[in-house]
Amino acid sequence: METAPAARRRMAVSLESVPRLARGAKLRLDETRGRWVLLVPERVMAPDDIAVEVLQLCDGEKSVAAMIKILAAKYAAPPERIGADVIEMLQDLADSGFLIEGRKQP
Amino acid sequence: MSPTVDPNSLSLRADPQDGVALLEGSNGSVAARYGIPLAVLLELTHRCPLQCPYCSNPVEMERTSNELTTEEWKRVLNELAEIGVLQVHFSGGEPTARKDIVELVRHASELDLYTNLITSAVLLNRDKLEALADAGLAHIQISFQGSEASLADRVGGFRNGHAKKIEVARWARELELPLTVNAVMHRQNLDQLESIIAMAVEMDADRIEVANVQYYGWALKNRAALMPTLDQLDRATDIVENARVRLKGILDIDFVIPDYYADRPKKCMGGWGRQFFNITPAGKVLPCHAAETITDLDFLSVRSNHSIAWIWHNSDAFNRYRGTDWMPEPCQSCAFKEIDFGGCRCQAFALTGRADNTDPACSLSPLHQTIFNTAQTEAESGSKRFIYRNFSGGTLEAEPSDGA
Repeated sequence: METAPAARRRMAVSLESVPRLARGAKLRLDETRGRWVLLVPERVMAPDDIAVEVLQLCDGEKSVAAMIKILAAKYAAPPERIGADVIEMLQDLADSGFLIEGRKQP
Repeated sequence: MSPTVDPNSLSLRADPQDGVALLEGSNGSVAARYGIPLAVLLELTHRCPLQCPYCSNPVEMERTSNELTTEEWKRVLNELAEIGVLQVHFSGGEPTARKDIVELVRHASELDLYTNLITSAVLLNRDKLEALADAGLAHIQISFQGSEASLADRVGGFRNGHAKKIEVARWARELELPLTVNAVMHRQNLDQLESIIAMAVEMDADRIEVANVQYYGWALKNRAALMPTLDQLDRATDIVENARVRLKGILDIDFVIPDYYADRPKKCMGGWGRQFFNITPAGKVLPCHAAETITDLDFLSVRSNHSIAWIWHNSDAFNRYRGTDWMPEPCQSCAFKEIDFGGCRCQAFALTGRADNTDPACSLSPLHQTIFNTAQTEAESGSKRFIYRNFSGGTLEAEPSDGA
């Protein structure tokens, strides 16, 4: 049984982190209102378009560095410019317990 | 498209109320202002092994024989998903008293609804909880009545309940279920707040809701035994503020103060018929879980020939106190009328006999001072004996058993 102790749930996000959404956080398309939402306990969050892309990349396999590389290529922007924003956003989610370190234990 | 990520769009704290406002923001039409709520409370049953004296269920509880069947609840879930509800809270009474709870959670999950279980936990065992998790349960909220067994079990009127809750919380963590501790606070347990927060940290909960009792229904019957003192509230506010700083990134803390001690009324339900409804065990669709205490309103059921969306948009009960047109003075000319929507209609009805009167929690109500004084008197000198919630109208506690 995989457990999620606080230390792992509240991860410090770095370029090496491999994040994925925690069990209590679900990203889905809200067809009625025509936008993506992040559903978490007692709240509905409305990520903007790029935030949705970032969240979709949080698959527990890619590192944050790899995610930034993908986004930088897609938007033809310097990685160092995107990087800080992405990490800040992911850290906010990790602080709330919605994002966990996803790399499977060997 | 800008290559920057706006962190505000994700860090925005959107509770069910703000969440609606947030989504409404992109579309200012009147219809959208009363769009289908994002989250709905489903009271599956009024049965509960606990007898908490502040229970939010109506004093006249629904009998088992009137409860919606499994098929009826599934039909309700289908309809909710179809009209755009995103989250469902399974509540009660005790929702796990329903034999079909796992089946209903699975059905909701298959519809992509985010499922939350609001439970006393005392009927759960490890297998049942695992079955719920496997069925797609996204979040569990476990109520706690205190930080230690003697008081907690006395408040709940249920022997060994506290120990069982702690055990279930541990299982929830093992199953990776997000865990919220629901702590309903009142005069007899407010002094345990610090240790209740410590308990939530100890059990590795994600959130704690520190909710002071709101006084209607059972809680109004028990007001003298429950009303906190001003000193207690001030201390509680300090404790919460300190804990929020100390526990940032460890435990989220929601705090609801009792409105008897506020100057302005609470924005009850985010405004009547504006962003919330609940469905009772018998299928009535209500603008607030206490709305049936307003005895001159008729509420339509999912068993009627109307859809849930029709009831939300068109029924008299939802439209009666919607918006601000219904307000008499002093609400009508008040600058805050779209901030608090006149407070709580159930409280206005319970304390003044008219649901459209200004909520006495508001300092502009002619009754505000009287009620505040009563609350203070009760808090200083009130009896400690509870009237326990049950199907026979309540039972007075034999004698205070903990000597507190």
